[in-house]
Amino acid sequence: MNFVALKMLVGDRAKYIGILIGLTFASLLITQQSSIFWGLMCRTFGQISDMGQPDVWVMDRKVQFIDDVKPLQSTELYRVRGVEGVEWAAPLYKGLLKARLSNGSFQTVICLGLDDSTLIGGPPEMVEGKLEDLRRAEGVIVDVVAANGKLAKPAATEGGAPTPLHVGDTLEINDHRAVVVGLCRVSRTFQSQPVVFTTYSRATTFAPRERKLLSFVLVGAKPGVDHAELGKRIRAATGLAAWTADEFKAMTMKYFLKYTGIPVNFGMAVLLGFLIGTVIAGQTFYSFTLENIRQFGALKAMGTGNGTLLRMILLQSLLAGTIGYGIGVGLASAFGLLTRNTELAFRMPWWVLAASAGAVLFICMLSALLSIRKVMRLEPAIVFKS
Amino acid sequence: MITAVDEAVVCRGVTKTYGAGPDAVPALRGIDLEVKSGELMMLVGPSGCGKTTLISVIAGILDQDEGTCSVFGEDVKQLSPRAKTAFRGRTVGFVFQAFNLLPALNAAENVAVPLLIQGVPRKEAVARGRDVLERVGIGNRWRSLPSQLSGGQQQRVAIGRALVHDPKLIVCDEPTSSLDQETGHKVMEILRAVAVGPGRSLVIVTHDARVFEFADRIAKMNDGRIERVVSSPKDLRS
Ligand SMILES: Nc1ncnc2c1ncn2[C@@H]1O[C@H](COP(=O)(O)OP(=O)(O)OP(=O)(O)O)[C@@H](O)[C@H]1O
Ligand SMILES: [Mg+2]
Repeated sequence: MNFVALKMLVGDRAKYIGILIGLTFASLLITQQSSIFWGLMCRTFGQISDMGQPDVWVMDRKVQFIDDVKPLQSTELYRVRGVEGVEWAAPLYKGLLKARLSNGSFQTVICLGLDDSTLIGGPPEMVEGKLEDLRRAEGVIVDVVAANGKLAKPAATEGGAPTPLHVGDTLEINDHRAVVVGLCRVSRTFQSQPVVFTTYSRATTFAPRERKLLSFVLVGAKPGVDHAELGKRIRAATGLAAWTADEFKAMTMKYFLKYTGIPVNFGMAVLLGFLIGTVIAGQTFYSFTLENIRQFGALKAMGTGNGTLLRMILLQSLLAGTIGYGIGVGLASAFGLLTRNTELAFRMPWWVLAASAGAVLFICMLSALLSIRKVMRLEPAIVFKS
Repeated sequence: MITAVDEAVVCRGVTKTYGAGPDAVPALRGIDLEVKSGELMMLVGPSGCGKTTLISVIAGILDQDEGTCSVFGEDVKQLSPRAKTAFRGRTVGFVFQAFNLLPALNAAENVAVPLLIQGVPRKEAVARGRDVLERVGIGNRWRSLPSQLSGGQQQRVAIGRALVHDPKLIVCDEPTSSLDQETGHKVMEILRAVAVGPGRSLVIVTHDARVFEFADRIAKMNDGRIERVVSSPKDLRS
């Protein structure tokens, strides 16, 4: 009877397409919006992901997320180095500084100052030049998106194309001369500000005079030392906050979830997709069943049991669900591929796929349930009513 | 024409009332009826006299209020819902006025449905469906969808479907009412020729006087009762 169920579903072209459209739409919207949402969330902790080396991040106890810098005494670095299980510890400066462009306008940049000797925390990918070039006098490495965009030299004439920043060009950061020695690629930040790398000591000369300039201490664990355990040890020994990279990412994301409207906005879009999908698919599936009610009645009269009818309806809705899900996720992936070189945040991890599969399954079950009630209660005697 | 004398259907004091209170409609008011094995029995009478209700009770798709109705020795009302469904699947073939074919299935597949319900594998069921279509005279149209067939051809498919699993009882409600006179006559001829046989009984509801001649016996109903049972259309008029 599975064969009869499938033929019934596919045989009614218009209804079948309607059901598919509902399910496709729902899974597309849910997958796509969740992926954009997750893409944005990944941007919030993009700098943590970019720095692959540190196992543990040490910071002031009041720090709530990566951009929330509360400087430490520079002596904290040595206290951290003294903790059992620490293989290495490197200072990191992170601050917002003003860069002056050649036409005199200002652009705020995120300046990252790396440990002078090890350069730990450098960009994940160099486009031009080498990380070691930072050791050259006044050297900075600029992220390539900013070099082509926000930090590009404005056109000499009105309306002309700006000239991208190149290796050898100079910048002024907080009134200090800086020479571009390399271009790199970094994860886009949440506010999409330009990122400029330099050494820790040079960063502190760029930065306004302050008593404390050490933003984070990056820690590598000795082989075999559990990172979470090491964090705990550092917390106990120094009284500072110390989190593994994953913990720090989660903290950062939680902060954004809590204090920005992003989750609400995307939650609404996802919910809307879910609701619209449910209504379209549920409604078409239900009316498909209603329209076929005589057929179901005839099958019942001819000896089809309720269990078999239940299976038939579930099969119909699951088939429609699987196809709709496939098309929807396919469209969402295509969307992701087409926009991968743009500003748009889009990331489709497995759990987004699983969640939208779950949602589509739920929609299918719900629409099947409505129809099943109707068919279960159906009196086979209706077959003789004309 | 009666080839066996044992009783296929025995109804005793069957009553059925639709609704309750002031809206109650008594459709059957005490039916006593026997249908013999191998017999073609017609139920006739004015509109609303309870023919469809009675045939529904006999076919096991509607429970009577009182009285008993046994079909090949089985008191159908007493069966559990599951057993009743299985009993219908095995024992009863249906022909409807509106054909009730599945529009998405071709003729052979439609005929195969009762076999599919009983779990016969699809290939075998459809092959047997084609054989039966030969017997009702439209073997060459086995691939056609119902929408591609005329009314008479659709009803032949429906007759094939009622026969394919070799049920002992076939019930038909107005099988010829949607067809023109000539086609209706043809359909009755086929029904008579292929469906009636030893050990199989047909109960046909009709008010089409032109097909009365195909009956072995005719039960005339009126207002929820059997008025009389005759063996020839001529006796109805007297
Ligand atoms: N589901 C129902 N609910 C209420 N009343 C019903 C129902 N089905 C039938 N009736 C009533 O029961 C009576 C008998 O109906 P039935 O359908 O058995 O008549 P019939 O002899 O088949 O009529 P027709 O020749 O018009 O088909 C009629 O008065 C009808 O209105
Ligand atoms: Mg009727």
